[in-house]
Amino acid sequence: MNGLERVMLRLFLVVALPAVLVVAWWFASDDSTDIYWPPLRTILSTFPDVWTGERLREDVLPSLLRLSAGYACAAVAGVALGTVIGSYRRVRAVCEPVLEFLRAVPPPVLVPVIMLFAGIGDTMKIAVIASGCVWPILLNTVEGVRAVDSVMSETARSYGVTGVARLRHLVLRSASPQIFAGLRQALSIGIILMVISEMFAASNGLGFTIVQFQRGFAIPDMWTGILLLGLLGFVLSVVFRLVERRALGWYHGLRDASRRSS
Amino acid sequence: MRGTNALLGAAGLTAFLALGEAVPRLGLVDEDYFPPTSRIADALATEFADEAFWTALGDTLTGWAIGLTIAVIAGILAGILISVTPYLREATASTIEFLRPIPSVALIPLAVLLYGTELRSVLLLVVYASFWQVLVQVMYGVQDVDPVAEETARSYGLGTWARVRHVLWPTALPYVMTGVRLAAAVALILAVTAELVIGAPGLGARIAVAQTSQAVPEMYALVVVTGLLGLLINVGARTVERRALAWHQSVRGEVAV
Repeated sequence: MNGLERVMLRLFLVVALPAVLVVAWWFASDDSTDIYWPPLRTILSTFPDVWTGERLREDVLPSLLRLSAGYACAAVAGVALGTVIGSYRRVRAVCEPVLEFLRAVPPPVLVPVIMLFAGIGDTMKIAVIASGCVWPILLNTVEGVRAVDSVMSETARSYGVTGVARLRHLVLRSASPQIFAGLRQALSIGIILMVISEMFAASNGLGFTIVQFQRGFAIPDMWTGILLLGLLGFVLSVVFRLVERRALGWYHGLRDASRRSS
Repeated sequence: MRGTNALLGAAGLTAFLALGEAVPRLGLVDEDYFPPTSRIADALATEFADEAFWTALGDTLTGWAIGLTIAVIAGILAGILISVTPYLREATASTIEFLRPIPSVALIPLAVLLYGTELRSVLLLVVYASFWQVLVQVMYGVQDVDPVAEETARSYGLGTWARVRHVLWPTALPYVMTGVRLAAAVALILAVTAELVIGAPGLGARIAVAQTSQAVPEMYALVVVTGLLGLLINVGARTVERRALAWHQSVRGEVAV
């Protein structure tokens, strides 16, 4: 098998199953009269009508802005607190049971609690997203900071690397694979909370619009919303992986090298 | 060392509870929004005495357990099948990568239309969310099989089933257990979410009722219950994991240190 054939085979393997599934869906649903399962043809032809211009600006954009605001707050707070808690053994021992409990609370039940304080505006949604996303980031940062290699830590000390430089070049650096693992978990929780907070109480946003469609029995429109949410989840995970590959390039390279030599 | 840690942990917990008591009492936040710990504890005691609470707890746990079981069995079977069949892994990779990040809450409207507030609504969301956790871990685990062990088994004439049973399964088990632990936590989140948003009977629906009827301490009490439930599931899953992997290096190493 030469190079071209191998590339073709790989391409075929990547594309074949999704193509088969879409075609199967298309034909299986083509003359469907079941109101809940409209033909794929109808869903796809409704898609551009539903998600263009105004709706993109007034529903999708606010949702994404709230998600990024909440996620950013959670990332900053989680890494900052996690670094403090992870660096001091006693602080960690004091906080551990409380953190274990707070982490175990299913994030969506925070929606009604936070609604009491923040009403039903954007603040509520950002607070909900932030308070749900912060735990995986925080706990992974704690683990990462705790596991800083002791030889490196002592080398840094004997070279007089302290304070901010130590934090930046040693602690956060060596904890970053763990921090990214936390950030990835937090991203999927963030999307869930974005949708749920809008389903609960909102006047715009993706979750709100999809529930509106469902309540109004606009089934094909509802299906386009489900597709859009799925697409969004997929795109965000691809973007995350790209960012991770850039930021952790040194780490993956290091791991590959050590694996090859062992 | 362990004793000191436990003591410090208990101190932290006490401080947390005391803070929850003091902050509203001192008027730093509105008592209507954030009732002091003692009032939440009162509400919790009232809940415990209420039969409807136990029914709701049972409903939540039923949805969680059935959903998790289906997801785990389906995930393990699909994961092994995909990994041992030639080319199936490569052929399904793109589809799995696409389906996995789809947030399961996207299915909420569909679940409402199809099943209303029945248990099946909850199961749809729970199974969808936790299936991927198990599947992906199983596939990692199967990939980790030692080629020497695999070929040794082959040359001793072990059949496909025997190789799955004696070579593949023990290698994959640690990964499977990780997947089950993650899935157990995710399943609880989705079970409560489905109840909260769709209104299927259970703790989530009870929280929604408490919220609409302005019963704030009760709402906090129920949130605490879901947290304790989550904690119990985490601890339980970790215990099961350690039991099932008692023979494995990672656990034996832990004991020796």
